[in-house]
Amino acid sequence: MSDTGTPHRQIPFSLVAQRVEASLRRRRRKEVGFRMLGMAAVLTALTLLAVLFGSILVKGLPAFWQATFVIDVHFDRELIPIGPKPVLEAGESPAAFQQRMVRWQTDLGFADFNQVLLDALAKVLPEAAEHPEDAIALIASGEAFALRDRVTADPGIVGTTQRLRLLADANVDVWLKGNIDRSLPDEAQQLSARTRAWADQLYAADVIQNRFSTAIFLNPDSRSSLASAGLAGAFMGSLFMMIIVIVLAMPIGVAAAVYLEEFAPKRWWTDVIEVNINNLAAVPSIIFGLFGAVVFIMWFDLPRSSAVVGGLVLTLMTLPTVIIATRAALKAVPPSIREAALGVGASKVQVVFHHVLPLARPGIFTAMIIGVAQALGETGPLLLIGMNAFVASVPTSPFDQSTALPVQIFLWQANELRNFFEGRGSAAIIVLLAMMITLNSVAIWLRRRYETRW
Amino acid sequence: MAINVARASVGSMQAALPAARGEARAASGAVKLSAQDVRVRYGSNEALHGISMEINAHEVVAFIGPSGCGKSTFLRCFNRMNDTVAGAQVSGRIAIDGRDIYAREVDVVLLRAQVGMVFQKPNPFPKSVFENVAYGPRLHGLATTKAEMEAVVESSLRRAGLWDEVKDRLDEPGTSLSGGQQQRLCIARAIAVSPDVILMDEPCSALDPIATGVIEDLISELKKTYTIIIVTHNMQQAARVSDRTAFFHLGDLIEMGPTAQIFMNPTQKRTEDYVTGRYG
Repeated sequence: MSDTGTPHRQIPFSLVAQRVEASLRRRRRKEVGFRMLGMAAVLTALTLLAVLFGSILVKGLPAFWQATFVIDVHFDRELIPIGPKPVLEAGESPAAFQQRMVRWQTDLGFADFNQVLLDALAKVLPEAAEHPEDAIALIASGEAFALRDRVTADPGIVGTTQRLRLLADANVDVWLKGNIDRSLPDEAQQLSARTRAWADQLYAADVIQNRFSTAIFLNPDSRSSLASAGLAGAFMGSLFMMIIVIVLAMPIGVAAAVYLEEFAPKRWWTDVIEVNINNLAAVPSIIFGLFGAVVFIMWFDLPRSSAVVGGLVLTLMTLPTVIIATRAALKAVPPSIREAALGVGASKVQVVFHHVLPLARPGIFTAMIIGVAQALGETGPLLLIGMNAFVASVPTSPFDQSTALPVQIFLWQANELRNFFEGRGSAAIIVLLAMMITLNSVAIWLRRRYETRW
Repeated sequence: MAINVARASVGSMQAALPAARGEARAASGAVKLSAQDVRVRYGSNEALHGISMEINAHEVVAFIGPSGCGKSTFLRCFNRMNDTVAGAQVSGRIAIDGRDIYAREVDVVLLRAQVGMVFQKPNPFPKSVFENVAYGPRLHGLATTKAEMEAVVESSLRRAGLWDEVKDRLDEPGTSLSGGQQQRLCIARAIAVSPDVILMDEPCSALDPIATGVIEDLISELKKTYTIIIVTHNMQQAARVSDRTAFFHLGDLIEMGPTAQIFMNPTQKRTEDYVTGRYG
């Protein structure tokens, strides 16, 4: 009939079922599509991550093993013409003793440790004596100094023969690991044809072995003896900076967050502060470096390239993150707990210290670790305060010149001996990542620990 | 005399109807709380338009009214909980035992020790049962020795009717108790600091009927010691536990009187409409 025009006409039941079914089908298709999209996104991310970690591990892990001589070294008394190490005698003035010690060390400095090494090589490689240049190129140049340090530590070894592990030259390591194309012509090779042949020969004879080397962990950076270049300096620099960041950013950041969140009156100026903190979190980190260079180095005259300046700059950079995350943690504490404490007569400060802070503690730890991890991985601002300088010693205080792990990676990636430092750089990345993972594990552990307390 | 009658009224609404009482002014007995022309403003919006009333010691007064009528806001004036709300301004005069609690020299911490509060949702601290009760006394230095503290905790839990249920699990977190137990724990926490007045803001709205019954019995018991103001949405509850009832609507106190009168013979049309369920 003419019921088509009536607005309240019911749709016939059969049609309803049909339409609902069609709409359900559409909905299901959409939902499945959405889920697939999500899974594809996760899969892509995981794949990329796997490729990244895979390539770093493949390149970096072998770098922890280095071509190493296991060789008998005779500390020939003729080559090392020194007397017994001076000892402070009764009645001797410290100055006089010092003078004797300096003279003894100078004598030791004149000792020809390269010849000691050559003699050791000649025993396993008789032709070495005829071509000393080619032979000495086999051993990392720093090892001559390492021998001298051994004698300094224990002059008793002069005249004896010791079985030692000495790092092979970086180029030997590259050659033996196949990190350079062996078919390249002589002029494109870093080592002479003779040295290369000897390296292969000694490797076959097990004089050169591929051994796990602690050099990368224990030594500072080096440019003269690339095979012994290590991360110790950068690690200490990063450690000092981390301590500075934790010691400064934690109390300042948490105090600022607590004040802003719990005590500050809601006025226009607190709004201004809030907006600016949020903006600071988005400021490119290199600008903090510029600020540090001007304020800490030029005005406060702190030593450049030092961990103390780096730590201060990273603290500034980390503060907004810590403040924002801490405020979020404070906000997450249920208001009912505050009311309960106020209700039994706690003051505002007591409410914060007895209830809010303990409950927010896991979140605050997380905030702190996020901040520190961010600071630990930062390179940009450090370049502007001179922490990309080459530092050949391990810093013993935050005021010494030092560099940082990510900066060390940056420096190694730019080294001319790419074939060697690609692996070295990846190894450094592994160390940095291990530090990050450790930090994050600590964060998770702390969060768990304090969350299960109640 | 009226107090005695009120005390005898446990569980019996009829008995709690001394005819002499009525209006916002308590006819007899010691006036515990008095409010004069109390106004609360949130920014430019006035939530309470000049409320005046008097409440006697050992009386249970129920505040009823539709949502947003200002009954909770008014309740929170008595222990100055509105102070913590940003932008809230309270004017008028509220006195406890004749002393103005909004006077400059009043320490709000002491006030809240005198006026305990129980909230809508049970909100025990995420600490042990013992610590929940001990927190207030410790804050105010009420117990000087461990034994004293244990005594305070035990007597508070006993008075809240919770002791027998939790005496073996004082070290367990307060949050592990059931909802009704948690609310009684909150009551124990409130009375541990020896208040005179207990404010209850819909204390049973999150509880099941059995737990509600337990709390209601407890209120009848507690009024021997304390003056109680209870905000409730549940009119049967108001009828069951209170001596007098105040009906609020849109920020005004419409009517206050003996509970039976408010429910059976209100003088105001709006009160009648509300208690008979015509709106709310």
